[in-house]
Amino acid sequence: MKAFFVQGSRRGALAKVAPGALALGGVVLGLVAMATLGVRGAWAQQNSDGTPNNPEVHILPVQGNVSMLVGAGGNITVQAGKEGVLLVDAGLANMAPKVLAAIKTISDRPLRYIINTHVHADHTGGNEALAKTGSIIAGGNFAGNITDIGNFATIIAHERVQQRMSEQTNPKLSDDMLPRDTYFTPKKEIFFNGEAIQILYQPAAHTDGDSIVFFRRSDVISTGDVFTPSSYPVVDLERGGSINGLIDSLNRIIDIAIPAEKQEGGTYVIPGHGRLCDEADVVEYRDMATIIRDRIQDLVKKGRTLEQVRAAKPTLDYDSEYGATTGFWTTDKFIEAVYKSLSQKK
Amino acid sequence: MKRHQRIALGGPLLLITVLASTPLWAQLEPVGEWAPRFHEDQPERIPGPDIGDYLGLPINAAARLHGDSWDASILTLPEHQCKPHPSDYGVRGPANLRIWKEVETDSQRTIAYHTHISWQAPERTIWMDGRPHPPEYAAHTWQGFSTGKWEGDVLTVTTDHLKFAWIRRNGIPRSDKAVVTEHFIRHGDYLTDAVIIVDPVYLTEPFIRTTDWQYDPRQQIAPYPCEEVVEIDRPLGAVPHHLPGTNPFLKEFSQRYGVPEQAARGGAETMYPEYRLKMAAQK
Repeated sequence: MKAFFVQGSRRGALAKVAPGALALGGVVLGLVAMATLGVRGAWAQQNSDGTPNNPEVHILPVQGNVSMLVGAGGNITVQAGKEGVLLVDAGLANMAPKVLAAIKTISDRPLRYIINTHVHADHTGGNEALAKTGSIIAGGNFAGNITDIGNFATIIAHERVQQRMSEQTNPKLSDDMLPRDTYFTPKKEIFFNGEAIQILYQPAAHTDGDSIVFFRRSDVISTGDVFTPSSYPVVDLERGGSINGLIDSLNRIIDIAIPAEKQEGGTYVIPGHGRLCDEADVVEYRDMATIIRDRIQDLVKKGRTLEQVRAAKPTLDYDSEYGATTGFWTTDKFIEAVYKSLSQKK
Repeated sequence: MKRHQRIALGGPLLLITVLASTPLWAQLEPVGEWAPRFHEDQPERIPGPDIGDYLGLPINAAARLHGDSWDASILTLPEHQCKPHPSDYGVRGPANLRIWKEVETDSQRTIAYHTHISWQAPERTIWMDGRPHPPEYAAHTWQGFSTGKWEGDVLTVTTDHLKFAWIRRNGIPRSDKAVVTEHFIRHGDYLTDAVIIVDPVYLTEPFIRTTDWQYDPRQQIAPYPCEEVVEIDRPLGAVPHHLPGTNPFLKEFSQRYGVPEQAARGGAETMYPEYRLKMAAQK
């Protein structure tokens, strides 16, 4: 599984990783253009490799304090209030100026926190550029002795994210890119802008460092790439992901979310890529992932090879909805990832 | 100009002025209480379709596999229990219907029509004020986003931003990429909704169904609360479904009604009346 994008050294641009490279990667998903009537808004066109072509950042208010930014790579969640601004994920590095411009239309308060849902560059690339524009609230000896420490937003992530980013060598990431506030327990909690925010660790899902962020008063969940309704589930085996862990994370999102009326609205779910969702959309995606997992599991138990599994077309009824034949995350790669994930010795 | 000539000229001028300022006809408003009529497709719409009955549906292989894998037990999952029908299917079930309109006070212009259907009480807004549909990244809903316009006496409605749902209640899906066109036609005390579904994911051709109601000014639609409960104790995350090739119920429909198995598998040709000739040859 070598076709992950990494951050290049030039312009923060994206470059394909050569096969066999051990560099830290980012997954940029091709977004399926939807032919709906009368749709307005500049939905970014896609290059053949899935990167946006002349992209724009679009703002969608969600509910409570929370908005969603679309078009910067992965989706970005913005929580804004009188204490400042909190982001979930930072998008691609080269989109940081447009992300900042979009944030300024929501709030002119300082950026205080960036929470990284996982390690990939389309969610962490903007860390340094965005964090440098922010500041933390520091006081006492801390502020007095380290005078410039406050001029940087806090970047929070699971410790596996920091570890993987610090291990990257091609290119090596600056310290300012790395999360400085990490956790290794099942969850981390903060209270910001009048609401409790839970950062929940999801082991061995999309990667081995995934976090789901739950804004309790706004009633919004930011999922990162454990939920990507624009494609088949992306399982990064090289970075500790697994199909069963990813399905567990979908079930956890369903457990947390509560619909308002007749399985609609209520808790809103901002996916890593794709449109704004609610519980019913996560349920449909979970059902698909579980059914395909079960089919491939059955074939693995019967001793089928990967080619035999592919030939059985276990994804046929979902291919036109979630599949792709080109780009980074094709149907074939999805089947291969599930097969290998289920075949791994425990 | 003499007085009798001015009077003679003034009459036609007044008539032209009146005609120019008002429409030549008023649309037949669909507003009111409507009781469903089930003379069409009653077995499918009320008791429900048989497992494996895909007759008359322009489905592809993907839709067929989805139906073959579907297990009705999935509806016992708490997260599935309170789903309403989507707007393109809701008219097919126990669909006592109320339609009312929203009028802008100053201009008396109709801004929207609203619908309420009895089963699961979904409500839909059909915007008549020319507003654009939402962007692709906006949320999808069960009723979708609808805009309407009058074409003579026919209210034509276009709906997108629908959630993934169903065309038939036996696992035949309708994707969230579908666009639905409807024509509401009122003829006196009868209302017809012609629904045309274009689904690039699961259908090979547009799928058309008509549904009828009769005006019922005494209709009272009851509330329809829904609370999810755990009906069956299952492991967390269990999703009922049939593995490919293992569904034991797929041939019951064709065997019970004497329909050739190939016909029961559906496909666009099974929509057309001339298919009966082919079906007779298959027996």
